[in-house]
Amino acid sequence: MTAYIIRRLLAMIPIILGVTFLTFAIINLMPGSPVLRLRDNPKIRPEAAAALEKQLGLDKPWPERYLTWLGDLVRGDLGVSLYNQLPIADRIWSVIPATLLLAVASLVFALIVAVPMGVYSAVRHRSLFDQTATVSGVAMYAIPDFWLALILVWVFALQAKALGLPSLPVGGMTDARGGGDFLDRLQHLILPVIALSLAQIGGWSAIIRSSMLEVLSNDFIRTAKSKGLSDRVVYYVHAFKPAFISLLTLVGLALPGLLGGAIIIETIFAWPGMGRLTFEAIGRRDYTMIMATTLMFAVLTMLSNLLTDVAYVTLDPRIRLE
Amino acid sequence: MVQTTSSTSTGALDLEREMDDARAAATTLRPAPGAPPTLSSYAEAEAYSGALDRASLRRTPGLYTRAWRIFRANKVSMTALVILVLIVVFVLSAGLISTYVTGFTPSENHLSAKLTPPMTDGYILGSDGNGRDVLTRLAYGGRVSLTIASLAALSLFFIGGVVGLAAGYLGGKTDAVLMRLVDVLLSVPGLPLLILVTTLYQPGPVGLALVLALVGWAGIARLFRGETLSLRGREYVEAARSMGASNPRIVVRHIVPNLLPLLIVYTSLSLPGLMLAETGLSFLGVGVQVPTPSWGNMLGDGQQFFRTNFSLVLIPGLMIYITSLSMYLVGNGLRDALDPKLTR
Repeated sequence: MTAYIIRRLLAMIPIILGVTFLTFAIINLMPGSPVLRLRDNPKIRPEAAAALEKQLGLDKPWPERYLTWLGDLVRGDLGVSLYNQLPIADRIWSVIPATLLLAVASLVFALIVAVPMGVYSAVRHRSLFDQTATVSGVAMYAIPDFWLALILVWVFALQAKALGLPSLPVGGMTDARGGGDFLDRLQHLILPVIALSLAQIGGWSAIIRSSMLEVLSNDFIRTAKSKGLSDRVVYYVHAFKPAFISLLTLVGLALPGLLGGAIIIETIFAWPGMGRLTFEAIGRRDYTMIMATTLMFAVLTMLSNLLTDVAYVTLDPRIRLE
Repeated sequence: MVQTTSSTSTGALDLEREMDDARAAATTLRPAPGAPPTLSSYAEAEAYSGALDRASLRRTPGLYTRAWRIFRANKVSMTALVILVLIVVFVLSAGLISTYVTGFTPSENHLSAKLTPPMTDGYILGSDGNGRDVLTRLAYGGRVSLTIASLAALSLFFIGGVVGLAAGYLGGKTDAVLMRLVDVLLSVPGLPLLILVTTLYQPGPVGLALVLALVGWAGIARLFRGETLSLRGREYVEAARSMGASNPRIVVRHIVPNLLPLLIVYTSLSLPGLMLAETGLSFLGVGVQVPTPSWGNMLGDGQQFFRTNFSLVLIPGLMIYITSLSMYLVGNGLRDALDPKLTR
């Protein structure tokens, strides 16, 4: 297993090179640089702009700059932001917890809702519950999350406040007026988590339902039942385990989406995470910051894929490592 | 594969006649119960019942005829298809709506009549922050959003299909290189990459569709590669090769037709995602640029009048939602109808 993990980690290196090269090329094949915009500004002398360009190293051809960037990266140096000259590493480390918190909370919430929903649908196949759950699952899956976010804000913040009901906060991670305790954080999490996880709930409950149905038709389920085990044990222990494995692949596939797809949700809810940082950096043409966040997104994606595969192998004895 | 052309009128008639003949022959030639069968009657009966089998075999409807039958029986998917057709008709008649129903052009500003609520002063669905008619923009914006999604889906499948086919069929170094590229693309979360490209290059609607396809083809390519690999090993491909069929012939005649159902299913299932991507980007202000309307940028624009004119957020979002839901249900129905693994 250790050898496998090491091999997978090594295989990440060429992919990281590919991802960063691609991003660097996309950024630099584009005419115009942050400095070029300064050149259009009549208040700034051309010589000053040229000097700044030289200072930032933007006067060299871009493949050369890519190699320089890569060399710095190997030494653990992500450089400074073109926007405010502050070290990028500090900024990234400050936003990663927020992004992970949102992603993990959405993941957990989606599983808590989707698993019982899917299992119960399969157990009570073709019942009223099954039909309702299937229909609402599809309805959840197709919803545009940015619209859902706005609707949630409207209902649970604006309308609730207008009606004098308790309302939920809609911006940031903590209350600016001295919040920050557990309850405050939880309240700030609720709406973004719902907006981010509803589509997952719809997709996952359908998957769990269909793989549970498949598992339930197996002989070992009949054996377990005939041994006199309770339904609960049969469904949630015997049947759920094999069904869960097929869910795992999907959870692994959804992780990059939860991390990167949170951009819009983070922007709407002013969530201080990596998605919003990326969006701001792109808007400011802060190229060094864009490179760093892309790198982090790619690394997190690959680590989550690795984690899924490791869990897969650990849980399913039928799967062997090559 | 049985072709659908067997259901053309003349063919069907011929078949009908042939079957009737065979049936008649089979009944007349059946030996009377109890009577010892004569050798000649047995042989003849067998020959005729053989004809009957062949005729009924040829009558088996083609894959797509059968799929359409299954699809038609699926009430949910049919309803979704009808809704989708209505939406397409609505956006295609944008010009008519503008001329005859609302009397506004999509980009016509009336600052004195901005933020009119729905059903007042001739604005059926109200007016936006620039005094533009929402209903007119909804029709034109839908046309933009649906066109981008369809164009993106087609390009996506062209790129993904060709790459997957090449990697799966040719194997070796081609496969290795193409799949590394796929690995790279699958390791970059799509949305940040899309925002980066659209912000820097500011593509028009057609460019945006191509960007969506260029960022999203990797998953499809991997799917098609796997399917091609498995098809390449089938016996009928081996048979074709042993008869001297060239590679292009095998691909065009034997592999592509068998990939087609998968292609149709995944094209339709990718449509809602692509539309949500476009509307999401336009919502953020980095997709379709105003004054060209898109359901996404209408929603993004309406967001600032969120507190006072909620309909500006509600209406375009609802259109996106209904459309993506119908697309998804139609895609699901197609998958149930076309996936041979699901038919029992």
